[in-house]
Amino acid sequence: MATVEQRKIRCWQGKIETEIEVSGDGPPVLFLHGPWGLRGDRKFLDRLAALHRVYAPRHPGTTSGDPEAIHRLDELWDLVVYYGELFDRLGLEAPALLGHSFGGMVACEIAATMPERAGKLVLIDPLGLWRDDRPVKNWMIMPEDQLRPALFAAPNGKAARRFFELPDESDARVEVQASFIWSQACTGKFVWPIPDRGLKKRIHRIAAPTLIIWGTADGIVSPDYAQDFAQRIANARIEPIGDAGHLPHLEQPDRVAQLVGRFLLD
Amino acid sequence: MKVCMFHLMPYRDLAPDFDQRYKSAYLDPVWFDVADPDKVGQYYNSTLDEMVYAARAGMHGLCTNQHHQNVYGFMANPSLMGSVLAKLTNGLNVAIVQIGSTLPSTSPPTRVAEEYALIDCISGGRLVAGFPTGLPTDATISNGVIPIEQRERYREALQLVLKAWQAREVFAWNGKHYQLPMVNLWPRPIQQPHPPIWIPGSGSATTVEFVVDRDDCFCHLSYFGARNAETLGDYYWDTVARKGRDANPYRLGFLQLIGVSESDAAAEEYAPHVEYFFHKLLYTPQYYQAIPGYQDYPSLMRVLKAPLRERFDLRGLKYKDFVDRGFLIAGSAATVRDQLTEAVKRLRIGHLLALLHFGSMPHQLCLKNIDLFCRDVLPHIEGLWDDEWQDRWWPQRLQVARPMASAADGGC
Repeated sequence: MATVEQRKIRCWQGKIETEIEVSGDGPPVLFLHGPWGLRGDRKFLDRLAALHRVYAPRHPGTTSGDPEAIHRLDELWDLVVYYGELFDRLGLEAPALLGHSFGGMVACEIAATMPERAGKLVLIDPLGLWRDDRPVKNWMIMPEDQLRPALFAAPNGKAARRFFELPDESDARVEVQASFIWSQACTGKFVWPIPDRGLKKRIHRIAAPTLIIWGTADGIVSPDYAQDFAQRIANARIEPIGDAGHLPHLEQPDRVAQLVGRFLLD
Repeated sequence: MKVCMFHLMPYRDLAPDFDQRYKSAYLDPVWFDVADPDKVGQYYNSTLDEMVYAARAGMHGLCTNQHHQNVYGFMANPSLMGSVLAKLTNGLNVAIVQIGSTLPSTSPPTRVAEEYALIDCISGGRLVAGFPTGLPTDATISNGVIPIEQRERYREALQLVLKAWQAREVFAWNGKHYQLPMVNLWPRPIQQPHPPIWIPGSGSATTVEFVVDRDDCFCHLSYFGARNAETLGDYYWDTVARKGRDANPYRLGFLQLIGVSESDAAAEEYAPHVEYFFHKLLYTPQYYQAIPGYQDYPSLMRVLKAPLRERFDLRGLKYKDFVDRGFLIAGSAATVRDQLTEAVKRLRIGHLLALLHFGSMPHQLCLKNIDLFCRDVLPHIEGLWDDEWQDRWWPQRLQVARPMASAADGGC
């Protein structure tokens, strides 16, 4: 397992503290996590860190100790500009951007707004587009018995169990529960009630070579959306992942890490 | 003390298998599969009739409320109901308690300021201005408010409403959520600087702190009865003391289901209606209520560690359980007044919000409940606190001696 450095950076006029997990060596990759926080993604990031320097910031408000930071940003435009500032502070000129779900949407917005800041783009089951014939399921109001099969091809498999498991010890349990809920609250600020903030008007600006990864059993955002993204991005290709739902990098970490690694080094 | 008639305006004739067909009383039941619009028209009219009847029978106030997309209560705009009640009760010593319009989901919120001012004008200064933050299902799902913004929208909206009521000059509002170039409200409330403000809450520590800081009346809208509200009640009064406020009972309102009959045994006539209420109407699953962000971070941590409010498996309980556990205070007038007196004293309730209509209760039984309550219970409890405390959260023009309560003389 790669050594993980927990770096903290305060930016946005000193009003937002962001923890960034930094690991590995090699070309820089910046990973933007999904609605449920960064907790479950470590195993996948460790694989990437074998050949890359991986930066995994926590979205504003989800860094432990600064939950109110989310109120320092009002809308998606603020969030994109905030990430531009964070890139500057990290000394990242044009890293590869890798985003899952909500993080995939944010990665698209960054790459469309500042095409020069995204070397490559990897989208894992991203949010951001909307089709009336394939409405995105609202994960924030789904009971666990519906959420499990939407997130995982194997709802009771190892990855699903690990994702939903809670520690026995009460303080640790509260911490995990709070992080799970508050991460959805903070990321939800930029996508509630419909995860369409107009990316379709801006997505043509994306210039980075793009890999679109989609779990074929995604029950939140239909895999049909992969084509919608690919058609709108000039240089994009799709890799469907079998036996995976909305979290293919958790359910098939080896396969996804291998595909991403190959694409990034290509 | 003051006692107000509270009404949810529920769907009264759901099919017996409703709770098997639907997982939630909110959002899922489709109107055309469940509702009969002619019946709903009758419900609205019956509700208004029952409220006016209660006013004539001696209740001190009438409470309306706002909910959406559900069978449990759908006064979608309480100002519509409140304005009718204001007109029909002119000349009576009764407050119109709007508790009320949901600020975060009304844009711009000056609309609520106008509607409330209008009701205050129609009623001759009898408005109590209630400002709920709104249930998550209503505000965030039915009205699309971003959950994590609900509370800050609410606070900004309340500031805007208060300024709009009082400002002597036209002003511009440059807020985070609302921007208005020229605010000069017409009409303004008769009651200046503003009508009494009541803020409902259901168990959020943050709301308790906010209300005590503002020195408004906090209304705990629980359906689980006074006996199950002691944790929150104690927390509330501790907060009041900690912040140096006085222990005036009128700074607390509390909702209680009440059913009065000729005897304790006869009160079983309320059994099907209270079971209908808890089994069918109140059935809203956690995933529609506990939406991430609806609580701020401190309240979230508090709920995860030590909630102020207990949760119950309502469908497992029957009439006897609801009575034995204090959800419903039911029985003869003597039983009801004894239990109410104990509850009022224990929690220090100054404003009792009596839910005298609940569930599938038919119109005639509701009128009977109002009659018996106003004739045989109200006169025994309305004097509580008055020798010690003044109600600072009540319309000034209603602060006069009231005639003895008497049973309503019909008219409905």
